[in-house]
Order: sequence, then structure tokens, then C-alpha cells
Amino acid sequence: MSAANRYDAAIVGGGHNGLTAAAYLAQAGLRVVVLEAGRQAGGAAATHEFAPGYRVSSVAHLLYALHPRIVRDLDLVRFGLSFCARDLPTRLWPDAGPTIDVHRDRIEDPAGRLSPADRERWAPTLARLTRLASALGRYLTATPPRPEFSANDRQTKIALAMFALALRRLGRKDMLELTRIIGMNANDLANDFFDSAPLKGLIALDSTLGVALGPRSPNTVIGLLFRLAALDSHGQGGLHLPAGGMGRVTAALEACARAADAEIRLAAPVARILVRDDRASGVVLESGEEIATRIVVSSADPQRTLLGLLGPEHLDTVFVRRIRGLRMNGAAAKVHLALDGLPEAWRDLPGRMVVAPDSDYVERAYDSVKYGAVSERPALEIVIPSLSDPSLAPPGGHVASIVAQYAPYKLRGSTPDEARARLRANVLAVLAERAPDLTARLRAVEVLTPHDLESRYLMTGGQWHHGEITLDHLFMLRPVGGYQQYRMPVSGLWLCGAGAHPGGHVSGLPGANAAREILKRRREWEAAT
Amino acid sequence: MTHLQHLRPFLRQTPFHDHIAPLVHSGAWIRWLGYMTPDRFESVQSEYFAIRNGASLYDISPLVKYRITGRDAARFMDHLLTRDMGKVAPGRVCYTAWCDDDGKVIEEGTVFRLGENDFVLNAALHQLHWLLDTAYGFEVQIEEISDALCGLSLQGPTSREILATLGVVGIDRLPHFSLIETTLDGRWLRIDRAGFTGDLGYELWVKPTDAGWLWDGLMRAGEQRMIAPIGSAALNLARIEAGFIQIDNDYIGALHTIRPSQRQSPFELGIGWAVSLGKPAHFVGRRALKREKESASSRHILVGIDIEGRKPAQGQFLYADEAGSQEIGHTASGIWSPTLKKNIAFARVPPAYASLGTELWIEIWYPKEHKIEKIMTRCRVVKRMFLDWPRRTA
Repeated sequence: MSAANRYDAAIVGGGHNGLTAAAYLAQAGLRVVVLEAGRQAGGAAATHEFAPGYRVSSVAHLLYALHPRIVRDLDLVRFGLSFCARDLPTRLWPDAGPTIDVHRDRIEDPAGRLSPADRERWAPTLARLTRLASALGRYLTATPPRPEFSANDRQTKIALAMFALALRRLGRKDMLELTRIIGMNANDLANDFFDSAPLKGLIALDSTLGVALGPRSPNTVIGLLFRLAALDSHGQGGLHLPAGGMGRVTAALEACARAADAEIRLAAPVARILVRDDRASGVVLESGEEIATRIVVSSADPQRTLLGLLGPEHLDTVFVRRIRGLRMNGAAAKVHLALDGLPEAWRDLPGRMVVAPDSDYVERAYDSVKYGAVSERPALEIVIPSLSDPSLAPPGGHVASIVAQYAPYKLRGSTPDEARARLRANVLAVLAERAPDLTARLRAVEVLTPHDLESRYLMTGGQWHHGEITLDHLFMLRPVGGYQQYRMPVSGLWLCGAGAHPGGHVSGLPGANAAREILKRRREWEAAT
Repeated sequence: MTHLQHLRPFLRQTPFHDHIAPLVHSGAWIRWLGYMTPDRFESVQSEYFAIRNGASLYDISPLVKYRITGRDAARFMDHLLTRDMGKVAPGRVCYTAWCDDDGKVIEEGTVFRLGENDFVLNAALHQLHWLLDTAYGFEVQIEEISDALCGLSLQGPTSREILATLGVVGIDRLPHFSLIETTLDGRWLRIDRAGFTGDLGYELWVKPTDAGWLWDGLMRAGEQRMIAPIGSAALNLARIEAGFIQIDNDYIGALHTIRPSQRQSPFELGIGWAVSLGKPAHFVGRRALKREKESASSRHILVGIDIEGRKPAQGQFLYADEAGSQEIGHTASGIWSPTLKKNIAFARVPPAYASLGTELWIEIWYPKEHKIEKIMTRCRVVKRMFLDWPRRTA
């Protein structure tokens, strides 16, 4: 080991995964420095003020995926993690008419807009899907195996065996059902299970949140299962609102990492990963400062890490082609509304609200992605966090946090600015149809298109899962086959962001899994540096 | 009549075709990268001996040629190829391999460094997609210039005198693996001193419009010096004697094998000397090759063997013992060498059997008037460059 290295590990990016990795590594005694480009830690999992006195979760606004093991291991509750609302139901808002409240175990549909059969089968169907998802969820906390079984270490072999056992324990019928639906599209699944349009719309939107896929695109049910796993024991068990917004979650992670003596440097964007003797040997900041470390752990997305910060000249051809091929066409936008009071429709909102009147509505919204335009009539997931956490808005005011789909990164015939203006108008129009009194309450509107997400949070293509959640890029294939164990081809370079297994959502799992692999091979890389 | 499309002639003719065709008395045309080229003009033997005792003229126009230029051209070539380009000065030529991510040979061939950032790469197969993929992140222009150049390989002991007679100034000072560009009769001409015969020889490149001029000029200048046009069959004998491997005969390119296990590393092909693991730049496949070398995990090595008897031994099984109880490999190319008067072959054997002098056994099956016979005969591992004239590099 060279005495010049002040740090064992440089962590590129101080988002939730970077901080999780930092906390685990620092707790294991490594000297860790986190290099965050932004002025506050948290990356995209942050809370920001978008209008005077109005604050909102910047990207993800519901916490469900954060793994309980991480909360426990890192003692995050002690470090400030708390919820202001738990297990939110979903209100379907198909039109200006009566709404439907969907809970996990029941549906409240006073106006009778759903078929009686759907009202009855909702809970058992969701329970079954959740059970199937849970079997898959067992693998979230493990390192994906190498295809040759014998090439894996003992821990990975055991995890694989446990995974196989979990699938086996589903029983024959459920296992068959899982294999039947796993590659399916959300539209077929919705049609298969339900006959009421608003419920199909919910399935369609929940399956496609954050990906450039429509409900009829193959590979969308896996996205739904991925989400559902977190609604069971592999996540928070429900859709929760963190008190103080998502920034509070990362603040807890940050505090935990700092408590373990990790150094967290803000406004320190990394320009380049240094390579010496074919090893990642530190980073160069945009300021020109060089930081020598023994390993580099990047929570930036794989394209940014490998093609941008490292450079293709250090990599082989097919690997580069695979990384280039990752689909990074972000298609979801965030819209934030500052309101001086709630419109009638949102007065007694118990949780999140969904504008996806049916599966076809979502599919038609998706059509525009193919043609490089924002949706004329976007599908929306709306949360009013200020209802349960009044500190987010001035007295009497409220903030609405909206995920709007679709707004593709790859635009045709319009500039990002035009697309942003267009999306703003389209979202407000869809809302005004349902809540005519909303416009008068608006004080400010912020629209973050994928272009904005890319420039603000340095995520390629504004793809907030760091690569789509689809079968061809999950598990052993995340980010690409052969490199699923967090180690990159250049020795000493590790991936710990959502581009690595198990992927997106605010779960912390890629960071935790990467940290485990790094520590497992500690002796190896310590000997080499 | 689309279903008869394949009955229409579609093979291309090289710019030398009009000069070659009347001389192909054998009628033995073969297809090479979409061109028709002769396997032999009349007699393989006499063509072979022209290579060794006079001068031979072989049309190499079908080779695929890429020109690589741009600010990062030198860096890119170092990234693509296994050799250290830092050691190849402008005006020099070198033999090199290029590999896939796993360090398996996609192809090997010659690269010409025309300038600091100006290269021509000759390939036996179309490789543009691989070159372009590999060029991601490098500021280079890669252009296929196959149709802009045509070439003749002039090989044999009298080749230098022929070029001198033709009027090429300074040809006697052109070192092995070097190139010059010159003008003759007002025509542009590039000459490199390299070849596929293990003998003194040159390759001459001109614009397609000057093909006839070059052919006639060389035939005239070589009339008194035993010049003869040759086909692929005679060249094949010479290149095996010289120990040069050939794609599809001795190995399958890594991008073309059906079974990944059939891909071969440069070490396995016996061209490990062309891999510069220590060069400053990373190159494609380097980490895999380093692992292979450090862990000595090459599965086999393509060596030369000298076989007793005279039955050519292409594609035959090799054994560790006369009884044939332990099979260890097989041969690739194999011929009776007319110059050495020896039965030689390339053999793929495990590293433990690859050192010079190792005695092996080979079972050769051969036809004898509609009968198949076999013999088990002794062979010895020898230098794969069975024949190496000092004049090749002198």
C-alpha cells in the first residue's frame, strides 16, 4: 500500500446508493471519501425548494423500496429516517367524476365504477402477484451469480440455492404462473385479471413508471413485480412518505456515513477516473484536484462511469458496445406545483392519486415516445406530501409532486425547452379537466424533463433507474452479462449505483451489495495496491 | 426471374483480370472474397518453383484494405492491435493480430504505417463493423479503400532485380517490412517489402487504372528472370513452408466460429510474439491475454511438425504413443514440401507437447485408388517456420 493514499475508496456520487456503499465501507473500517457533484448530498434522492417556501422530493417521491436490512444495519431511524404517512392507498382519478380508492386489501368504490367482480378479486390478485414478486425479491439482496455455478463463491452459491428454494416453495401452480407472466406485458396482464378500465389503467402505469415502455411493450410485468416485491418484506411494505421528503432519507444515510468517519465532499464533481497500471487508482475532480485511492466505487450510471469518466480506451470492444447499448431514454418527467390552497378534488386525498383512466390511455400516451414527442395527454402519479408534512409548504399552501409520462429524452423536431413547455401545458390541461379550480391556486410550476434530470443529477438520458428495469438488463445481465458482480473490467473499479443489480428505485441495495463484494475481496485489492 | 438470380455471373473481376484470364489454362478459378482468382494457371509445381527459384506474380487485389486516419489514429491502432504501434515508425510495415474481448484472434495481417496518424490495414475478411465499434471514443476516420487500390505480390529471389529493371530507384536499399511510395512513368506506386512466402519479395500497389501498366511492366522486366504468374495453390505451399497461418485453414476468426470454444488466442496460434502485453496502451483482449499468459492456461499451441514418410497429413490425429492410446491433437495445414523434401504440417498440441524435438505419433489416412489406408508414423515438433531464407530479410 502506498502511503500517499489518504483514502481506500473514492465513491463517485453521493446519491442514496453511493451513501449506502460509503456507510457500509466506512463501518468496515475503510477510509472513504464520497465525491458529490451537487451542493447537497443525496443526488436525485433529495428534497429541494422549487419556489420560495415550497419544497418537494426532487425525483422519487414515495419510499417503498428502501430495504429493511439496510435500515437495520445502518440504524437509519436513529439517524433521522421517519415517515409522515405510511402505506398510502391509491386514488384512481379517471375523470372529473367520482374517484375510487384502492387499498391493498380492499377497494372503496362508492359510485360503483368498477365491476363487482373486480372489487372482489383485487385483494387476492394483488396478494398473489405480491407473493410471486416476493419469491424474486429474495434475490435483491444477493450478488447475481456467474453462469458457471462453480465459478461462484460460497455466499453466492448459497444465495442461488436459497433463491431456487424460494421459487420451489411457491408451489407448482404459482411457479407456473410466474413463468407465464414474467415476460408478459402489463396490458395483457391487466386484461387477464380485471375487466374495469380504471384498474387496468393503474396496472398499466405502475408497470411502466420510469421506463420508456408502454403497457403493451413486452417486459413490463417484470417492472410491476419489481415494485411489488418492495410492498412485501423486501422493502418498506407499502408506499410511504418520508418526513421532510426524500432528502431526509439520504440525510440519514449521510449522517450514518459521516458517523462512521466517511468524508463527504459536496460540490466536488468527478471529471475522470484515474487509471495507473491498469488499475483504477483515484479520481480527478473537475477542479483539477487529484485524489489517489486504492479503489474507485462509482454510483454514477454505467454509461457515465465507463464511457465518460473512465473512457472506452481502457475497455474492450464488445463490452463497450453493450454499455453503449443500454437503453437510457428517460421518459418520465417530474412536475412540481406550488399551490396556495388545495383544489376541491384534492381536499381529502388519502394518498397518491393516479391519472390513468385505462390501459389504452397509457399506451396512447406512450405512442408519443416512439415519435420523440411528449404525450398530448400524459398519465400522472400525483402525491401531495404537504398534506402529511406541512413543513414542505408555507402555511396554508401545498405542494403537488407529479410523475408525468411520457416525456422522452430522445426528442424529434423539438428542443428540450419546447418539450418542457409543452409538457407543462399538457399536464396542467389534464389536471384542469378534473380540477377546474386548480389553475387559480397555482403559484409556481416546475417541470423537470429527462434533459433537466440529466443536467441536474448527471444521470445519462435522464433515465432515473440508470437503465431500464427489463429482463434483458436485470439480475445476471445488469448492467451487462459477465459484469454482474459489481466489479468492472478495470481492476479496482466497482459499480454501486442503480445501473448494477438489483437496479433502480430508492432501495440502497446496489450500494449495499457492492459494498459486500468489495469487502469480500478486500484482501485481494489491498494486496494489489 | 428472381429465382434464377444465382445463375447470373456475379463474381467480380480484379483490375488485372484481363491480363490474367488468358493465362489460366487450367480453368481452375476459385472464389476469393467475391472475386474470381486462379487456383493455378497450369501447373502448381512450376508456379511453386517460380516462387523459390525465380519470381512469382500473385494478384492480391481482393484483400480488404482499410485506411485509418485522424487525430487519434495511432492511439486507435494501438488499442485495436496486439503489437506495440509505438515501435512501428512511419514507413514501416508490421505483422499483427487483433482480438476480441476474450483475447481470441479475430484476424491477423499486415498494417502499413504511412504517417504518424495514417495507416492501412489489410484484412482477409470484412472487418469494418469491428473497426467502427472499436473506434468508439477515438477521433478517427476509417475508410474501406479496397476498390481504390489493386496490388500484385512479387515474390522470389529475382524480385529485387526485376524491380530495379522496372526502374524503381532505391529498391535495393528498402529494408524488410518497410515501404516506399514512388512515381514511375508518371504513375503512383507503393511498394512494401513483405509477403506470404518466407522469401525475398515485395507487394506493389497501384491505382486500378494502372493495373495493366504494372502487370505488363513486371512481366517484361521479369522475362529474363524466371517470372511467372501463380495461383493460390502454389502460394499455399510456400506459406506453409514459411510457417504462416491462414484464416479458415488454420483457425477460424473469433467472430465467425460457431462454438466459442473454437476461438483461438494468439498464444495458441503460436503468434504470441506478436502480442505486446507490456505496451503502454490498453488493447482489446489484453486483460484476457494477460490472464492466459500468467496462468499458463493456453489449451494448445499450433506448432510445426516434421513427419516421417511422404503422405501429406492435413487434418489428421496426433497421439502421444505409437499404440494411439492417447490422442493429443490434430493437424491443420499439411503438405509435402518440395524444397525441403520433407513432410510438414501445422499441429495443434497441448503446451506440454509443444517444445522443440518432442516426438509424437500421427495417424494418417490416405486414399489409394478408391481405397482408404492408414499408417501410424512418427513425427517431431520443429520450428514452424520450416524454411527461412536469409535473403527474406537481407
